[in-house]
Amino acid sequence: MGRKLLTEHINVEGIDTLEVYRKHGGYRSVEKALKTMTPDEVVEEVKKSGLRGRGGAGFPTGMKWSFLAKPEGVPRYLVCNADESEPGTFKDRQLMSKLPHLLIEGMITSSYALGANTSYIYIRGELLYVLRILEKAIAEAYAAGFLGKNILGSGYDLDLHVHPGGGAYICGEETALLESLEGKRGNPRNKPPFPAVQGLYARPTVVNNVESIAAVPVIVNEGGDEYAKIGVGRSTGTKLISACGHLNKPGIYEIELGLPVEEFIYSDEYCGGIWKGRDLKAVVAGGSSVPILPKELILKTAAGENRLMTYESLSDGGFVTGTMLGSGGFIAMDETTCIVRNTWNFSRFYHHESCGQCSPCREGTGWMEKVLHRLEHGHGHMEDIDLLVSVAKQIEGNTICPLGEAAAWPVAAAVRHFRHEFEWHVTHAKEAAQPGAVYRPSGVLV
Amino acid sequence: METTAVKPQFSEAAQAEIKRLLTHYPDERRKSALLPVLHIAQAEFGGWVSPVVQDLVAETLGIKPIEVYEVSSFYTMFNLKPVGKHVLEICRTGPCMLRGSDELTAHLERITGAKVGGPASADGLFTLKEVECLAACGFAPIVQVREKYYEQLDTPEAVDAMLTELRNQVHRPALPWEENGLPNALANN
Repeated sequence: MGRKLLTEHINVEGIDTLEVYRKHGGYRSVEKALKTMTPDEVVEEVKKSGLRGRGGAGFPTGMKWSFLAKPEGVPRYLVCNADESEPGTFKDRQLMSKLPHLLIEGMITSSYALGANTSYIYIRGELLYVLRILEKAIAEAYAAGFLGKNILGSGYDLDLHVHPGGGAYICGEETALLESLEGKRGNPRNKPPFPAVQGLYARPTVVNNVESIAAVPVIVNEGGDEYAKIGVGRSTGTKLISACGHLNKPGIYEIELGLPVEEFIYSDEYCGGIWKGRDLKAVVAGGSSVPILPKELILKTAAGENRLMTYESLSDGGFVTGTMLGSGGFIAMDETTCIVRNTWNFSRFYHHESCGQCSPCREGTGWMEKVLHRLEHGHGHMEDIDLLVSVAKQIEGNTICPLGEAAAWPVAAAVRHFRHEFEWHVTHAKEAAQPGAVYRPSGVLV
Repeated sequence: METTAVKPQFSEAAQAEIKRLLTHYPDERRKSALLPVLHIAQAEFGGWVSPVVQDLVAETLGIKPIEVYEVSSFYTMFNLKPVGKHVLEICRTGPCMLRGSDELTAHLERITGAKVGGPASADGLFTLKEVECLAACGFAPIVQVREKYYEQLDTPEAVDAMLTELRNQVHRPALPWEENGLPNALANN
């Protein structure tokens, strides 16, 4: 049984209220930080913890914080990225709706460390009901003196607001998020300047994922070194994994980084195996943007070692035989899953969500969707398969923001590992176009 | 050609809420409140934002109408055409598809008579809209109606329960700033 640093009390009755949350040790990190630590000391603990951004990129949080420009007399901002939209990922929604005070506590302690006096939680518009929960909890925190002027008599002031988006995956990209928070279309900004220098309202800004911020209280309470003892190598601490797809027990699991993938999928403590007694076919381990891997390569690396739930182990083998931990959106597919159909579905998603600013992404995502659509519907040609790889390659690296890569990687990986299935969609076009048709190595339809 | 359209007004409750929201941003950055105010406008004016409603939003925030149009057309949550009483937003993305969202969509089209992307059902009750990932993949398939998520709609019974609940709603649920219930002027919402 792994340690639960964030979700230990998630099922306690009334934990969404300040009173119950405090009874279970809530807001201790605010007292400790504001009364006994300097802001730089808080940053130092987060650095020591080895915490890496939990939104998907995995960039060290403490290092991101240390880049924040601090010109005299200029306000700076902390913005929490709660725009959770990566297909397969639903951890932040659960965390915020059940433990709103954990995020608020993390925002106060983190804002103090960064010297921000106004902070925002940017939540995707679809989660307005979670925004209501957060606003209620924020009102409680103001009433208890954890927000507002002179918090706990420390002389530190902080206002915290929740801001809804309007339905746009791209706003999870931090500069698109800032544009959106300023009331504009979510077009990512060219970088540099980075948000650490010119972010919200052109002022120095840090943008962090919900789960990263929620990890700060335990790091401050127990110390960065203690936190870093959990995990393996540079993958420290715990991670929330959103498990979905064809699993017996889909849901949110807080795991200690380093858990073997096989145990995560098959153990009753976690996902309990594949539903309906079927066999596992493939996994997308870190949200729809990361490369899909067939069963053999998700359970073991190409070198035959057990694959672990860590940043390093999942990326072992690069994109040839590996993938990424990403956001922890773990999508399992059973043997009846059509990889071509699934890839078409994802490419439709990226086409729909491209902001349209960069032509390689705007045109390329639409092109890939079109090609995949005709393959899936029985009108494809053999050349289409290499065409997909070629279009994906031409998007990659040629866009302002990483949505281009996010759109290209799943397509390239699907062809890499399941080329025979794409070919079958051409050679057996009529059968493949039937609803529910799935390629099997034996050539038999399911 | 809405040359004779009556100029809409926000209810008093909504005006108070907008005033509260504006305190969240620096005075010279009122435009920041655009997305939250568009959400309020959509809730106030029948589930969609018409050009005149968008003009009202622009006027409220002191920005140009084009600044509202370009934003409302970028984000998927804002309906730019009239909708039925309940907009069923069906998630169609990978994880939901793996758990039956295609079948759910077909089922909803059959029993409501509405088509995805088309006009509302003949009784005016339901508009069907396909949307991308709603961040609830572990509880797939999902439909969102206003601020509520209906989860695990993988049986006809679960779908029926949702539709019955919606059919029984005389008005949309009141929002936090509507302490005294839905304002009279919004009785048709």
